[in-house]
Amino acid sequence: MIETLRGQNLLTLDGVSRQALVEVLDTAESFVEVNRRTIKKVPALKGRVVASLFFEESTRTRLSFETAAKRLSADVLSLAVASSSVKKGESLRDTIATIDALGIDAVVLRHQSSGAALQVSRYVPHVRVINAGDGLHQHPTQGLLDAFTVRQVLSERAGTNGVESGAALFEGLRVLIVGDVRHSRVARSDVAAYAALGCEVRVAAPGTLLPTDVENWPVKVVDDFDDALEWADVVGLLRLQRERGSGSFVPSLAEFTATFGLTIERARRLRPTTIVMHPGPMNRGVEIDSRVADLPCAMIGRQVTNGVPIRMAVLYLSVVGSLEGAR
Amino acid sequence: MSSTSERQTPSRDLAFLAKSQLLTSEEVDRALTRMAHEIVEHNAHLDELRLIGLQTGGVAFAQRIASILSDIVGANVTSAFLDVSFYRDDLNRNPMPKSAATTIDRDLTDQSVVLVDDVLFTGRTIRAALNALSDWGRPRTVQLAVMVDRGHRELPIRADYVGKNLPTSREEAIRATLDGVWIGAREPK
Repeated sequence: MIETLRGQNLLTLDGVSRQALVEVLDTAESFVEVNRRTIKKVPALKGRVVASLFFEESTRTRLSFETAAKRLSADVLSLAVASSSVKKGESLRDTIATIDALGIDAVVLRHQSSGAALQVSRYVPHVRVINAGDGLHQHPTQGLLDAFTVRQVLSERAGTNGVESGAALFEGLRVLIVGDVRHSRVARSDVAAYAALGCEVRVAAPGTLLPTDVENWPVKVVDDFDDALEWADVVGLLRLQRERGSGSFVPSLAEFTATFGLTIERARRLRPTTIVMHPGPMNRGVEIDSRVADLPCAMIGRQVTNGVPIRMAVLYLSVVGSLEGAR
Repeated sequence: MSSTSERQTPSRDLAFLAKSQLLTSEEVDRALTRMAHEIVEHNAHLDELRLIGLQTGGVAFAQRIASILSDIVGANVTSAFLDVSFYRDDLNRNPMPKSAATTIDRDLTDQSVVLVDDVLFTGRTIRAALNALSDWGRPRTVQLAVMVDRGHRELPIRADYVGKNLPTSREEAIRATLDGVWIGAREPK
């Protein structure tokens, strides 16, 4: 069990305790305020260097990590893999060694291979490693920002604030994760976070898109998407990952949409309090109807906004926490 | 309450063990009333006055001074809070402070800011607060009100309004709340 993120790598949300998750969410709450200021910057990581290594394409994760690091006054080394020596065949180990030689305090890593972040943390044990998505394995900051978004929405409705509510609003909350669970690192991080926070989690997907080890997950698999939608307080949609061949796991995209897509008809039947989430990028018209994405129940824009304070909190706890007693 | 003087001491994972009470809640309130009158005396334009309590120990004092000021001037004086955790120069030496809410919601340019804290010790919290304030513009003046000044400054910082000067040794600990002021020691929790 990981009881705090202070001074730790963030490789996975599996085994992160409720207390540690709440600590991140509470710290992010302070950074929400920083992001509302005219001068959106605090000197907490002044003089520290954060390397951002994205071996896989990304828009929001990369931008929001780099924004987060800059708002903490860290210097950001950003490696554009497409124009780097990786294209000449440099290995991950050598690339990391090169960047480490420049002197870095943290590395934010996105990689197509599951376990890449863990591997890098072994190469450079003195550097804090933040996993920004590794293959099919985990995308911890997405899980954190999803939980943060849910807590924010629910605490606003309850007329309280996130810090006061702690983990109470998650107790027994009914979360439905639907879609391409098999290929989704977001699903793995979301499930770990929601389950640790006390939610009841169900997943709905075509049999072919369920992970083979789903019986070991802290979830219940449901077949009837429409029943599950009625049950859910939170609906977490997942992108159908066509670049990982998900298209060949379903008979046709149209059939996937008909059985497991959040169509406008299904969205109209949702309870008015149900929250709809999507980690992006969306396949509009596949797992989510374009019109649903723009309904007030959809928190997709808010998820992106919350990415910055959550990643500030993660970098702050991980990097500053590791310097305790350093001098 | 227990968090009031924790920021003053090197380790925040220690509990406060009270040895003796130095001020009662009535004495604290009398001191705050006097400080409020001094603030009125030194600030001609009270509409430009901004009371800012430092998280977490200064918050209750800022609120109390604001309420006394409201009674004195017959207008509503409010206070805001500032958390200086992200501005501290000892982030890499001490256990990380738990961050708390900052509620400054407007530009402070040309305002008269009065920072309020419970205990003035090394002055490093105030240094962090001064740095933080510059992110909200350029106040005309920044003044400092503290319930207790216990000495041992490490920076050229002094308070404009002091509830009580208490000579202490570095090893001692002070707890100052609206309920009173105690001197004591730090014990592992």
